[in-house]
Amino acid sequence: MEIRYTAEHEWVAIDGNRATVGITDYAQRALGDLVFVQLPTVGSAISRGAVAAVVESVKAASDIYSPLTGRIIEVNAATASDPSLVNTEPMGAGWLFKIECSDLSELSQLLDESAYRQIAQ
Amino acid sequence: MEPFAGCAMPIQYALGILGEHRHTRAAAGLFDVSHMGQIILRARSGENRDAALALESLVPVDVVSLRQGRQRYAFFTTPSGGISDDLMIANLNTCLYLVVNAARIASDVAYLRERLSAHCTVEVLTDRALLAIQGPSACAALSALVPMVAAMRFMDADVFSIDGASCFITRSGYTGEDGFEISVPAAMAATIVERLLDHASVKLIGLGARDSLRLESGLCLYGHDLTADTTPVEAALEWAIQPARRVGGARVGGFPGSEVILSQLSHGAERKRVGLRPDARPVREGAALFADATSSAPLGQITSGTYAPSAQCPVAMGYVPASVAHIGTRLFADIRGQRIPVTLSGMPFVPHRYHR
Repeated sequence: MEIRYTAEHEWVAIDGNRATVGITDYAQRALGDLVFVQLPTVGSAISRGAVAAVVESVKAASDIYSPLTGRIIEVNAATASDPSLVNTEPMGAGWLFKIECSDLSELSQLLDESAYRQIAQ
Repeated sequence: MEPFAGCAMPIQYALGILGEHRHTRAAAGLFDVSHMGQIILRARSGENRDAALALESLVPVDVVSLRQGRQRYAFFTTPSGGISDDLMIANLNTCLYLVVNAARIASDVAYLRERLSAHCTVEVLTDRALLAIQGPSACAALSALVPMVAAMRFMDADVFSIDGASCFITRSGYTGEDGFEISVPAAMAATIVERLLDHASVKLIGLGARDSLRLESGLCLYGHDLTADTTPVEAALEWAIQPARRVGGARVGGFPGSEVILSQLSHGAERKRVGLRPDARPVREGAALFADATSSAPLGQITSGTYAPSAQCPVAMGYVPASVAHIGTRLFADIRGQRIPVTLSGMPFVPHRYHR
């Protein structure tokens, strides 16, 4: 499994043509305590850059963009019932959704860890 | 730190907004609210009643019968009946002590001087810090420094000495909890903060939790829930206009916008500030309110909204037509095209726990 990032502070764990998406620790810190998570519908088609989820902290709402084009194959309902999971385990149990990727060429547009570190300082 | 009305203000400290909010309701939160304006109004005649009479020309509130050692909520009204700021007025025997909103200090002071200088001096206390300690443990913590505060009741105001310095203390605040606001010489503020923080139950609280605490308590924020375009009756603040200033009272009217405000007190306003409980997700300031999920004509607007950490649900305030301003009415808030059902609710969203 390979972890990539987006400039919008999402992480993408890639396993073949499947990708698990969440927000980075930097993002959860910047947002503060999350109080609401809206997840996409399983089975829905999604384009790279489209709004896939919404997370909302005590401060503000924030869109989560799909890092890849494909289909939503699973969502982490635990984050909707307990949004604080995203704060406590942003890169683990606080993952948001999984995509079956239809255009693997898009993977090359994601950031590796060192490139993301440059942004998230 | 974030810029706020010319001050660098902490949005949150180590606990985070949710943790700070819950800590304040469970124990005691300490807020640095020194950005707020502190003003002393003193009658040139030396009679505090003359300062009260003068101030009544600017607020629809009974200041004259505000007894020594008591505090009262008030607002400056505009000629069209709107609100140009909300404030606290305390009678400190030889003077009136006013606390106004940070963003309104300059205009409030200019206004007070322009309108009241013939009868009063207007002194801005730029050399004083203002601290608020709020929550069920606030009294125990402050009593360790000033034992006399334990005898105060909600909205009492008095002058005490801390280490020889004169401090104005009121048993009030803006969280819905029991607590105090403490005006101290700026040079002493850090020492007093440290001594209050010595109490294990006291933690520093930032602006973020201050906002969720006041909103959950149904308290208005100037510039958001109250503006020059909202009248006190529309804002459901009739309770702050005492009988002496109403029709039939000893000093009826005589404040800016009195015709509009007295008429609305008698006949009602066309819109009202109401509490709202959104289904599922928070709705924010500026969201339009609709009668149903599809209509295109908004009937109102959200003026404050957040997740309420103690009520454990999203809460909001907004203005709606009086015809629908009934508890239980279902409306829809628009969040970027998504219609979120909201239910009109009584306020506060959590009970006030003042020490009456």
